Amino acid sequence: MIETIASADLAVNEKLCIQKRRIQNGNSTRRLSFVTGTHGDELEGQYLAYMLGKYIDDNIDMLDGIVDIYPALNPMGIDSITRGIPMFDLDMNRIFPGTRHGTMMEVICSSIVDDLSGSDVCIDVHSSNIFLKELPQIRMSVPTSEILLPYAEHLNVDFIWVHESATVLESTLAHTLNTRGTKTLVVEMGVGMRITREYCEQLFDGLVNLMVYMGIWKGEAPQVRKPVTSVNREVGFVNSGAAGIFVPSANFGDEVKKGDYIGDVLDPLTSAVVERVEAVCDGMIFTLREYPVVYGGSLIARILEPVKEGKAE
Amino acid sequence: MKKKVLFSLKSPYRGHLDVTGFRFGHGEKSIAVVGSMRGNEVQQMYVCSRLVQELKKLEAEDKITENCEILVVPCVNYYSMNIGKRFWAMDNTDINRMFPGYNLGETTQRIADGLFTKIQGYKYGVQLASFYQPGNFMPHVRLMDTGFTETEIMKDFGLQYAIVRRPRPYDTTTLNYNWQIWETKAFSVYANATDTIDDKSAEEAVLAILRFMSARGIINTHIRPGYCTEIIRESAAVQVQSEAAGIFRSAVNVGSNVERGDLIGRIMNPFDGETVSEIRTPVSGVVYFEYNAPLINEKTVCYKIITNDRTEKKF
Repeated sequence: MIETIASADLAVNEKLCIQKRRIQNGNSTRRLSFVTGTHGDELEGQYLAYMLGKYIDDNIDMLDGIVDIYPALNPMGIDSITRGIPMFDLDMNRIFPGTRHGTMMEVICSSIVDDLSGSDVCIDVHSSNIFLKELPQIRMSVPTSEILLPYAEHLNVDFIWVHESATVLESTLAHTLNTRGTKTLVVEMGVGMRITREYCEQLFDGLVNLMVYMGIWKGEAPQVRKPVTSVNREVGFVNSGAAGIFVPSANFGDEVKKGDYIGDVLDPLTSAVVERVEAVCDGMIFTLREYPVVYGGSLIARILEPVKEGKAE
Repeated sequence: MKKKVLFSLKSPYRGHLDVTGFRFGHGEKSIAVVGSMRGNEVQQMYVCSRLVQELKKLEAEDKITENCEILVVPCVNYYSMNIGKRFWAMDNTDINRMFPGYNLGETTQRIADGLFTKIQGYKYGVQLASFYQPGNFMPHVRLMDTGFTETEIMKDFGLQYAIVRRPRPYDTTTLNYNWQIWETKAFSVYANATDTIDDKSAEEAVLAILRFMSARGIINTHIRPGYCTEIIRESAAVQVQSEAAGIFRSAVNVGSNVERGDLIGRIMNPFDGETVSEIRTPVSGVVYFEYNAPLINEKTVCYKIITNDRTEKKF
């Protein structure tokens, strides 16, 4: 069943509609919500939404519960290759929970939150932006980690990043829903404006595994990997120190030592290497720059350090 | 006056981004004024440029108080201004959502840090701000309520209204909020327009800032008195949402007094011209924000009205 959960008339002969598809079978009312498309340049979740819906359709008898799929929270952004909401300054993922008395998108956000609230688990899939490529990972704040980690471990991601809370993140969809008691996990994977089939297939197995764990899928659980977590580890940030073109020499998932060569920042005008980029710590590269043009400060890589001595993962 | 590059950033394909400041007077860091941080904030840069002219004259007349230093930064993000973008040209991030900045972080975090280190430590801070929706404001001064800055100080600007805003999570990375956290008493001055120049409002904003400097003893000159400022909580202003979409025609101007039930705007079908919605004010008061784009979506905040009846809500 396809349902419009929020709508507003646009200025000229068009309506903005936020849609979801509900797939329901069996007696259970346990509900998994799959939500994506908050940022219009993040497309990995589009393919995943298709895969999930098709698989359940083809095996509907295995479902004992509800799966709600929200493929596009920001349909105008996806349609216009715009990360944010066209003609609106604020990032959509910074205005939750929204309000019924605010601007159009705040009203829409309020309806989205109302509709998602009460799900047993919600998976909020993001890609990276166009600048960075990310290994499939789940991000959560320290205060939510006790509740969310058991679910995250079923999702077949490579990495779970448990980070400190930040006030500005209190206006995200995930924070809003977690505050209201709806367990919400944020997935980051791949790169903006592209679909990485391998990563979508990896997370798809994780979603099926999660449905088995939740008791809403009667089929066999797929084999999934055990993710590394950032608990008792540090994350090292490699930022460009110069402006130019970044050409990588390292790959995703590479294990590096502090000082190892990661790539060069080049000046095409003078043919000079303006910066030799090196690892800032030992560990695994889980973020790598995809878009070559860099300024001073542009993020080039993130490295997950090994577990500190004497600490357990 | 001393003109100095406060922060410089190398670009792969353009000249350096040189964030430039103008210093007047010597001694204690008394007030810093920051203009445009976004590429379409032309009015904000214009106000600062006119302020620089006024301060040059005052300095030549020896009217800047001894042991007081004034810094004016007219424009931070002229890279975007030169190519018609509002946010940082490369990654579309907003410098005014990057404070206090981070010198080892992403590019716009570094710009925010480069600026913030130079404007920190001033007793007062004034930002020429713009709103995230298209529209006109009555010139007013605004304070993010962190508990650090006394609201009464805003009366020294002599603008008709001073608005106190309760910060929301996304406000915590703005300049105004972080200035206050680092103990600068910070205010935002709204000078009506953004990407167009409104001379009358620009003059009003310049006078308000000079009036504030005079009242705070930073300059020794008489500035003609302004309004007896009314301080209002933002929540006391009633927001009027559009109930339809189409072509928007306003029937009032900012500053207009309206009576409950008055027709203040109209929305028409963009194809056949039929009126699809008459916008009537639900309260009596003064229009202090008016949406100004020709097309409007449903559920858009098109007016903000400061009500006459604020017995319950008055600050």
